[in-house]
Formats: sequence, structure tokens, C-alpha cells
Amino acid sequence: MNLVTHAKGAAGFLHRFEGLRERLPGARLPWLAALRDEAAEAFRAQGFPTRRVEAWKYTDLQPVAAAGFDEPLTPVDDALDLPPARAGARAVFVDGRFRADLSSLDGLPFAAGALAQRLDALAGRLGALARPAEEPMAALNTMLFEDGLLLELPEGADGGVLELLSLATASERPAAFHPRHLIRLGRGARLTLIEAATAPEGARYLHNPVFEIELAEGARLTHGRLQEEAARAFQLATVYARVAAGATYDNFTLNAGGRLVRNEIHVALVGPRAACHMNGAQLLAGEQHADTTTALEHAAPSCTSRQTYNTVLMGRSRGVFQGRILVRQAAQKTDGYQMNRALLLSPEAEMDSKPQLEIYADDVKCSHGATVGELDPEQVFYLRSRGIPEGRARAMLVEAFLHEAVEGVTDEPLRRALDAAVAGWWARQEEGLAA
Amino acid sequence: MLKIEGLTAEVEGKPILKGIDLTVPTGEVHAVMGPNGSGKSTLAYVLAGREGYAVTGGSVTWDGRDLLALEPEERAAAGLFLAFQYPVELPGVGNATFLRTALNAIRRARGEPELDAMQFLRLARERLRALSMPEEMLKRSVNVGFSGGEKKRNEILQMALLRPRLAVLDETDSGLDIDALRIVADGVNAMRGPDFTALVITHYQRLLDHIVPDRVHVLVDGRIVRSGGPELARELEREGYAALQAQAA
Repeated sequence: MNLVTHAKGAAGFLHRFEGLRERLPGARLPWLAALRDEAAEAFRAQGFPTRRVEAWKYTDLQPVAAAGFDEPLTPVDDALDLPPARAGARAVFVDGRFRADLSSLDGLPFAAGALAQRLDALAGRLGALARPAEEPMAALNTMLFEDGLLLELPEGADGGVLELLSLATASERPAAFHPRHLIRLGRGARLTLIEAATAPEGARYLHNPVFEIELAEGARLTHGRLQEEAARAFQLATVYARVAAGATYDNFTLNAGGRLVRNEIHVALVGPRAACHMNGAQLLAGEQHADTTTALEHAAPSCTSRQTYNTVLMGRSRGVFQGRILVRQAAQKTDGYQMNRALLLSPEAEMDSKPQLEIYADDVKCSHGATVGELDPEQVFYLRSRGIPEGRARAMLVEAFLHEAVEGVTDEPLRRALDAAVAGWWARQEEGLAA
Repeated sequence: MLKIEGLTAEVEGKPILKGIDLTVPTGEVHAVMGPNGSGKSTLAYVLAGREGYAVTGGSVTWDGRDLLALEPEERAAAGLFLAFQYPVELPGVGNATFLRTALNAIRRARGEPELDAMQFLRLARERLRALSMPEEMLKRSVNVGFSGGEKKRNEILQMALLRPRLAVLDETDSGLDIDALRIVADGVNAMRGPDFTALVITHYQRLLDHIVPDRVHVLVDGRIVRSGGPELARELEREGYAALQAQAA
């Protein structure tokens, strides 16, 4: 661990903030200027966390701190190679900036667009959930965000499926961008948001998004996150969600790309019978490091939470799962479940797993479990005894393990997108193994 | 013809098979009976090529081929099928996918054309009907949530689809009620013919009422201590293994 590097890396961003302060979007809004200043103070105080910070015990941000980032360049209107759309409606961000010309948001029955255009209307809402004083990456985001997606669904609206595509471009020096996405669903509103992050191979950048998600009574948001960043990229994402009575927040995160990735999710269930499903799969190979950290707060009675994360590790990759469930005294009849499984396909891969339950209510059903293991030789033998060659037998078992993580996803478009991403990843690994 | 000569094997350094000599002519069904711990399952696993079952001496040939030199999947392609005593659960692997992958792997190894999904489904349905198994069993994960009897029937379904020339049934009768036992036995009997050879391993004579063997061999402490006709099974049922065990000791 190199504390000097961590400090230098943080100083670079603070310096950038000083230089950009007057030019950042919303600089003339006093509430936003104050928010950014506070965030800068918080980031100055914390810097890039080292592994001495409990929440970052297994993930060292040294490579991020040492990278030395530049501002994303002014967009060049080169023809961009967009992946095929996953839904009819699509919001496209390139290097963290909204691109109306590439997006298709016309005719939606709700407000969707660039956050930077609407900052004057967001006092008291932007920053309502994020906690820069606790999460340094949220501090960095608050300090420097330029844009993001603003989504507001009125009461009862059915938003269908919307894709949020984040594309990074390749540049000489690594760029950093910190999009801030604000999503609010009114009572009973529904939406499936499929978020995809990708870039051309070889691109180096830091993608540091923060989501603030508010779900009113009975609303339902299905939030799929397909992280397929470029192989040398960093993604450090922080999601905050506040779920009211009877509402459901469904998050599925696929971590398949990137060099160093953290998927941090904070969910508060604040009304009775609110529900949260946080599931995910991490597919790691080579030198990849991926960290899923969840913090789930049961603050109201009769809420349900389900978490299942499956990680497959090859090469010298490292996986981390940290899952905290806090059940407050008021949260009687809580039903909580958390499971994380890791499949190690290489003797050099490593998985760290830290579940944490804190329960202050007495009438609670809460369980958690973790398994780390290799492929079961008995299962491999069973398949081989039926004539299936060893390589194929192992592949079938890995596919089954991955399938298990995805099968809980009931939303069809998201399920299709995930199946395709998982199958694609595994096909690439098999090619790599065969080569 | 299956020919086992002087076969010795150990598990975790402990000798289990201590010199087995056994010949099963092509087209015959032989039973291997023995008390617990006599090495019956070890013999089955050694024939199928399971890791951790180390052959320390002797030979096994199948139609003149050295079976022990083959990988488990090559043995399957050569016509061998082991019905497991404890069929393995494969969460997330659909039974239909599993069966079709296995069938096509074996067909490919034999130089036969692979079956597409429709052709496979037609064949699987036909075999299911013959075994009084519901079609729904194809949709479930392999053996997951199956009752003991369903698991055993699933083994027989695999055998009926893969059509091995040499089947080793390891205590396929254990945990079966009489109806399931009859279905399993019918499944095996339906395969009998001049090109089907089988070794039926069992603790009890019960299964052998339904699958009548050509020969019965008694395995005690890693050796075949007696061989005889089907009447030997009934004798053992009456008198138990104690006398033979005392003799072997």
C-alpha cells in the first residue's frame, strides 16, 4: 500500500476542482456550489481510501490513484461505434456527457434527459441520498460531476424499458468522468432501466457514476447494470436507493469488464412491505479485480430483501463481496436473505467475502451464507462418465453456475441482455483457453 | 467380452480390491453380490475410471481393448455405462441439455450424426414413456429435488438413451420401492440381447428376481470368493454372507 500515491492521486482531482470550480455546471447556484465545496472538503479529508479503511479492506485504489487523469476531451463528432440498442428508448452518454444526437428519448410519457439542463430545479433533491462524508467516491463525484441522466416518472406511469448507455472513448491520457444520475418514480410507477457501460478495447479511463434513486409508494424499478468496461478501465459506481412502502427496487449487476471495479449499493427500505432484490454475477479473468459491496438498511417493518451474488474467477483475478444488512429496531417481521458463491477456476485466483448482519429488532428472519470452491470433481466425473469430454463438462458446470445467478431475473428484456453478456463472456474465455 | 484379471486397487492408500478375476461373455448379465465394504462400488468406479480410485495391478479389457488406459469419456464412447449408486445432482444443468449433450458426444465419438433438438426430444419422449416417467423430468435440473426413486429412474433413462453395450449397475435397487424396482428392472431387461453385457452390483437378491442373471459372483473383502448360477443369489439371501466372510478371513 502506497500512501503517497493515494494522496497524490487525490490532490490531482482537488487541484482540478479548484481550476474548474467556476465553470462546472450549476456553478452559480448557491446550493450546488455549497454542496460541491462540502464534497471537496470531504474528499480532501478522506482522499482515496487505503486498505486501512474498513470499507476498503479488500480493494486497493492505488492503481486509480496512480493513473493521473485528464479531463475528457471536448467531444469530437467522429462516427461512434454504438452497440446495438437493448430497448426502444435510449439515453447515451459519451465520456460522461449526455449526447442528445445519439439518444432516442422522444415521445416518452415521462421526463428523461440531461441533468445538467435542469440543475436549477433540483435543489434539495440532488444530494439528498448520497453521502460524500462517508463514501469518498461519492465525494469525488459530487465535487466534479458535469452531467447525468435525470428521470422522473409521474404517479402510475409505466415507463417500459429504457437503456442508459455509457460509452468511453480512447484517448492519449486516461480521462475521468463522474456522471450523476437522478431517478425518481412516483407512486405506483414502473420502469426497467438497463444500464450498459462499455468502450473500445484499450481505452483507459475512470468511470465514477453515482445514482440517487427514490421510489415512492408501490413503485417498482428494475435496474440492470451491465458493466463491460474496457480491459484497462476503472469503474467505481455507487448506487443509493430509498424505497418507500410497498415499493420494490430490483438491482442486477453484471461485472464482466474493467481492470478494477467496485459496485457499491446502499439501499434503505423506509416504508412497510418495501422490497429489495440485489443480485449479480462477477465474471473475472486475468488481472481483474471486482468488488461488490452492499449495504442494506431495513428501517421499516415487514420488508423483504434478497441478495444473491455469484462470482467466477479465472487467472489471477480477485473478487470481493461485502454485504451488510442492518435491521433497525422498528423493522419487525423483516425477511432478509443473502448468499454469495464463488467458483475458483484457477489456483491463483482469490475471493474475499465478508457478510455482516446487525440486527436490533427481535422478530426477524435473516440468513446469510457464503461458499468458495472449485468445480466439484464428482460432478465433473458424472458428466464425463456419460461421454462428455472434460473441457465441455467443466464448461457446462460453469455455465450452470452463471445461469443460477441470472435465473432470478424475471424481467424479460433484462434477462435476454444478461444471458447474451454472460454467454459472450464465457465464449471469449473458452476461446482464450483453447488458444 | 469383459475380462478382469488380477485387478487390485486402492482408495486413499487403502487396498480395497485384492485381486479380482471375472469374465463376462458378451450378451450375458452377471451379478456381483457382496456385503457392505466388500469393494462392490470400488469395482464399479474403477471400471468407469473415477479419479482417486488407483489401480495398483491387474488388467481390464473390453472387447480386447485396455479399458484402464481410457479416459472416462472414452470408456463411455467405447460403450460403457455406469448407473451410479448415488446419482450426482447438477444444479442449473437442465436434464434435457445434459442428456442431449451426452448422447451427441457419444454419437460423435462413434462417428454417427448428432441429433438436433427436435430429433432428440422425440427420442427422449419415447424413452420416457417406456419408463413411465413424466416429461416434466426433462425440464428440471439434473437430479436436483428428485426423490431417490426418480434419481434411479433417471439413470435408467440415460442408459436407455445412450444404449451402452456394457452396463455396470451399482446398487441400482437401493432405496427403491417395489414399483420403481420393477420399472428399473424392465428398463434393463428391455436392453438385453446378444450385444448387451451387464454387471449388476447389488447387496440383496431382490433385484435379481426381476433381472435374472446368467451368473452370480460373490465379492468378499476385495476378492471373488464364489461364483454360480442364479440359485446362488437365493442361497445367499437365505444364509447370509457370514459363512463366506468367515471363510475369506
